[in-house]
Amino acid sequence: MKELVVISGKGGTGKTSIVASLATLAGKSVLADCDVDAADLHLVLEPTIKRREDFIGGKQAFIIENNCIGCGKCEKICKFDAIEEKALSNGSNGSVYKVDPISCEGCGVCVEFCPNQAIEFNEVVNGEWFVSDTRYGTMVHATLGIAQENSGKLVSLIRREAKDIAKRENQDLIIVDGSPGIGCPVIASITGADVVLVVTEPTLSGLHDLDRVVKLAAGFDLSVVVAINKYDLNPNMSEKIEAYASQNDIEVIGKIHYDKAFTNAQIKKESLIEYGDSPSSEDIKEMWKRLSKELDR
Amino acid sequence: MTKKNIKIAVASGKGGTGKTTISTNLARAIAKNRMAAQYLDCDVEEPNGHIFLKPEIQKSKAITIDVPEVDSNKCSGCGKCSDICQYNAIVSLKKIVMTFDQLCHSCGGCKLVCPTSAITDKAKEIGFVDIGVAKEIGFAQGRLNIGDIHTPPLIKQVKKAASSDSVIVIDAPPGTSCPVIEAIKDSDFVVLVTEPTPFGLNDLKLAVGMVRQLQLPFAVVINRSDAGDNEILRYCSKEKIDVALEIRDDIKIAKAYSRGEMIVDVLPNYEDGFTDLFDYIDKNIQLQEKS
Repeated sequence: MKELVVISGKGGTGKTSIVASLATLAGKSVLADCDVDAADLHLVLEPTIKRREDFIGGKQAFIIENNCIGCGKCEKICKFDAIEEKALSNGSNGSVYKVDPISCEGCGVCVEFCPNQAIEFNEVVNGEWFVSDTRYGTMVHATLGIAQENSGKLVSLIRREAKDIAKRENQDLIIVDGSPGIGCPVIASITGADVVLVVTEPTLSGLHDLDRVVKLAAGFDLSVVVAINKYDLNPNMSEKIEAYASQNDIEVIGKIHYDKAFTNAQIKKESLIEYGDSPSSEDIKEMWKRLSKELDR
Repeated sequence: MTKKNIKIAVASGKGGTGKTTISTNLARAIAKNRMAAQYLDCDVEEPNGHIFLKPEIQKSKAITIDVPEVDSNKCSGCGKCSDICQYNAIVSLKKIVMTFDQLCHSCGGCKLVCPTSAITDKAKEIGFVDIGVAKEIGFAQGRLNIGDIHTPPLIKQVKKAASSDSVIVIDAPPGTSCPVIEAIKDSDFVVLVTEPTPFGLNDLKLAVGMVRQLQLPFAVVINRSDAGDNEILRYCSKEKIDVALEIRDDIKIAKAYSRGEMIVDVLPNYEDGFTDLFDYIDKNIQLQEKS
């Protein structure tokens, strides 16, 4: 079984459109949308949800007003400025404390040190994850609750689930749609992947971000290949990216035309391959041939 | 009269919709209207504003967080440190205590709970904050060390570089989770940048949910406004969300962007749009203050 993870460093370079197209070309695989902050793959693949589960990422502190003696110790020791003083809700003099759930990182330090055991510490549901059927195989995806944490944990969970499903269904390919950036969800989505496909674009920002993401992947000793989307937008910059890739011993596995079909296919809820003849779909087919070889190695 | 030190955050659910383009050009337009402006690049995983603003960096400051260091001579092996840690960042196997800096949230719990004072703070570098000027605009950016995951604490430090007598424009990271919240949470106004595609709409809805939860005033900017469908406009009108600016799909803008050039430098006719955007935000903030 092989796992292909698609990331980009810079956002909006075309990861999800390319993942949907690769899923089409693969025919059947297990798909995982690990861009849990802003998941979009479902908009093209229109999954039918078969199973849904709560995602519990951690705990959160909650002060029971009746038990709070207003000593303020919790506010002093909280490193996240998550505790604030407030007036008593019954209108009498004096004050109590309350936790701002958005700032609370669930460390439990206030819970431990409250002299009156006034703070509850319960698990919180940070989101929901799903196992679904799509026209190209089983898909694992999620929604992270608004303003929630622990996206890295959720990404790890989705990948683990996708692997279990691939084993059970005897599928030999998992395609993972990653998130932009180089932080916690990206690290959680690339560790241990067989091939990491970085989708970039011929802009100075694209090159700058590619460099950071390539260095990140190098730290995990991963096999990296690069695709240049919209390569004809700035051919000069595309050459620079190719030169960068060759200096770093990375294969440019695909060059995809700047193509309105990306938007049009999205609007029709189709992958570029399904959308039909367009320069970009031909480029992606070509890239898929090379990627298949890379995955077989 | 405009308050001088208002904070405007530019965010988006979806990546690559034009946050950096909007925030750099907006900062430039504010400065051109003879108000001091400062641009803060809080997309510390992939900071790109410097490519366009080409700042002169005057100082770079290494940013550290506190992580625990255990003195094995003082450790009694009680295990209280690993019991309190919610992040598995400190694991005690009798007298052998292992720490995992990448997982640490710097809550200080292990140090507080240790009965033998065997734990002290150790500084761990997570990245840098660079401070400088880009012509008439103040500039600061965060750069997360590659391989590090402490994005929110670094963003917090970038925001501390905010000048007290400038209009602050914050370039936020994409998404809707903790790094974005840290970047936008105490702003006076949030600009949500989107594009007229199904992905753009889906991620805009997530971003709107986020700013509503944070109770921040906001408006939408539609980039490449004629490149897709009309669903964003329909959604905004249904939800009574103002569309403060629409920028047409223009290959000249895409090409200027690819070379690291500012729209207002290459295509000065777009400058009024950014000035109007600031006027809109400014009026909106003043109205809120009155009410």
